Amino acid sequence: MSIDKSPAPAGGRHRVGTAEAAHAAHEAVTAVDPRLLVREQGVGGYLADFKRRLHAGDLGSIPVVIGLILICAIFQSLNSQFLSAQNLSNIAVTMVATGMMAVGIIFVLLLGEIDLSVGSVSGVSGAIVAVLSVTHGMNEWLAVLAAIAGGAVMGALHGFFFARIGAPAFAVTLAGLLFWLGFMLQLLGSQGTINLDGDGIVGRLTTYYFSDVAAAYGLAALAVAVFFVSASTDARRRRAAGIPSRPLGDIVFRTVLLAAVSFAAAYMFNQYKGLPLALVLFLAVLVSTDFVLRRTAYGRKIFALGGSVEASRRAGINVTAVRISVFAIAGTFAAVGGLFWASKIAAANQSAGAGDLLMNVIAAAVIGGTSLFGGRGRTWNALLGVMVIVSIQYGLALEGIATPIQYMITGGVLLATVVIDSVTRKTQKTAGRA
Amino acid sequence: MVHVSATPVLALRGVSKRFGAVQALTDVELEVHAGEVVALVGDNGAGKSTLVKTIAGVHPIDEGVIEWEGRAVSVGKPQDAQNLGIATVYQDLALCDNIDVVGNLYLGRELRRYGVLDEVEMERRSRELLSTLSIRIPSVRIPIASLSGGQRQTVAIARSMLGAPKLVILDEPTAALGVEQTAQVLDLVERLRERGHAVILISHNMADVKAVADTVAVLRLGRNNGVFDVKATSQEEIISAITGATDNAVTRRAARTSEAQK
Repeated sequence: MSIDKSPAPAGGRHRVGTAEAAHAAHEAVTAVDPRLLVREQGVGGYLADFKRRLHAGDLGSIPVVIGLILICAIFQSLNSQFLSAQNLSNIAVTMVATGMMAVGIIFVLLLGEIDLSVGSVSGVSGAIVAVLSVTHGMNEWLAVLAAIAGGAVMGALHGFFFARIGAPAFAVTLAGLLFWLGFMLQLLGSQGTINLDGDGIVGRLTTYYFSDVAAAYGLAALAVAVFFVSASTDARRRRAAGIPSRPLGDIVFRTVLLAAVSFAAAYMFNQYKGLPLALVLFLAVLVSTDFVLRRTAYGRKIFALGGSVEASRRAGINVTAVRISVFAIAGTFAAVGGLFWASKIAAANQSAGAGDLLMNVIAAAVIGGTSLFGGRGRTWNALLGVMVIVSIQYGLALEGIATPIQYMITGGVLLATVVIDSVTRKTQKTAGRA
Repeated sequence: MVHVSATPVLALRGVSKRFGAVQALTDVELEVHAGEVVALVGDNGAGKSTLVKTIAGVHPIDEGVIEWEGRAVSVGKPQDAQNLGIATVYQDLALCDNIDVVGNLYLGRELRRYGVLDEVEMERRSRELLSTLSIRIPSVRIPIASLSGGQRQTVAIARSMLGAPKLVILDEPTAALGVEQTAQVLDLVERLRERGHAVILISHNMADVKAVADTVAVLRLGRNNGVFDVKATSQEEIISAITGATDNAVTRRAARTSEAQK
């Protein structure tokens, strides 16, 4: 989006229709077309921009943020424990397992494909660690590496059958779902459950907290500082190159918003046990995968494949290689998620990766705003989506509402999200922004 | 005609191409000079697309010689053609709807800075390129899906310009475009000529051909059926070369309507 630094014609950001307005905009930035979408500065500009996006169906994360606020308000009114530091902190730790897997599935969804095997792959990952480190006494670090590498290999296998052989990803990963489930049961053997050392590497993934108050505040301060410096450096480079840049007021506004959220979260964590290690790792994954997707040529290739396979092929992109690598990434994050899952229950057991886990992972990605139609989404969607799902689970658990109702409500939320996705897509098509 | 050099940028000498039992091209000759727009016309199945694909390296030729700036070259795959400096814009544009204009222009050849996409430099150069070609689009940062058909076509052509090609092949660039958008694309073709590019333009539209082409090469049933100077040739002559007879559906219709007017 281009942003005009000069005073824009009244009415803010919209297609400038009148001749005078067009002329004014043209004089302001001669290199830019007068029909450019211009945004007014200040709060009015944001409001006008928001209205335009609402009409165009370009909602981004707005529905899910509103949904999250609603969920918090409802559960808080039912039970004042919901917004307690302890409950929120537990939600933050529990959501990491599903969230990690959702990050992987977002890569696949960006291609416009689906991976149904992530639940089973995560189960295999937990079983590998348990069997290698507990049964065979292997160094736990090596066992963890083996589990993650195993996930990558399993994902790459699915990718191979999809990209190289040309079998539909849906069918290949459905076969994977069943095969790896059987593989996991075979690994666990007759015992069925292998308990993990609660103080081991995997055990501490979800139980370790940085209890020093400075840790949470330090991370919040670091995030805010990095964001501000990178945004203003980028704006300076753009100004130097003579192309439209984000105005300083805009950057400051976003920085303040980020600071408010981060420091509030840090304060909340410090009221309980401190900053959870699991959340730090999850945020690190989100930041790095977001960087890969939006700032590297590899990420651009993934979006291109989600947009048009033929165009990508003609642009010289190795379609097969990118597809296989994306499924390998999904497998890797499924394995990572499996480790957090095993950590949560301090064991590898037969029910790992089963039940509603797969559906929750896909739901988290989609609820967060990743399109099922490919080419649209960010890994940060995983954070928002998984917060919604886990908040519902915890809220209902606080109320003592049984699992059947939980399933029905989560199913309802997923349906609502898919409906929003499809409707926005339609609106975007008519507004020419699909 | 504008600055036509002596040695053609591209010359086909006796090019033939067979697909199984079908003789798609027979002894085809074609010359394109720098700063010249050659319109390639012919009926459906005349071999226009096959000819273009042999030049673009999609289908290697069976017989004959392809000369590039006077030297015989072999064009066995699309990469060869690109390395020579031949850019092809196919009828289906091959743009990604979900990616913005800058991203599409640089798709597959992104500029990097410390291994990271250099969005600033790509955007600056995109603006420069679009403004030298006088292409007007609302913003270089909106997804391709937001653009009209004509704007997409101009982006696709601009994309082909990034590699600084000597020869640009446009496959029916104005098909399915409105009046205004067609004019934009034709303007762009003229600008390519002014900048000294050789252009091969495939078109069914005689008005477009008359408007921008310097030379018309007619293909009929896979053979040459005349090369005409556009200025000195009437539309009827070109049509009769395309259909292969002076007595054809077009002339009969013309005769009928002129009789009706009397």
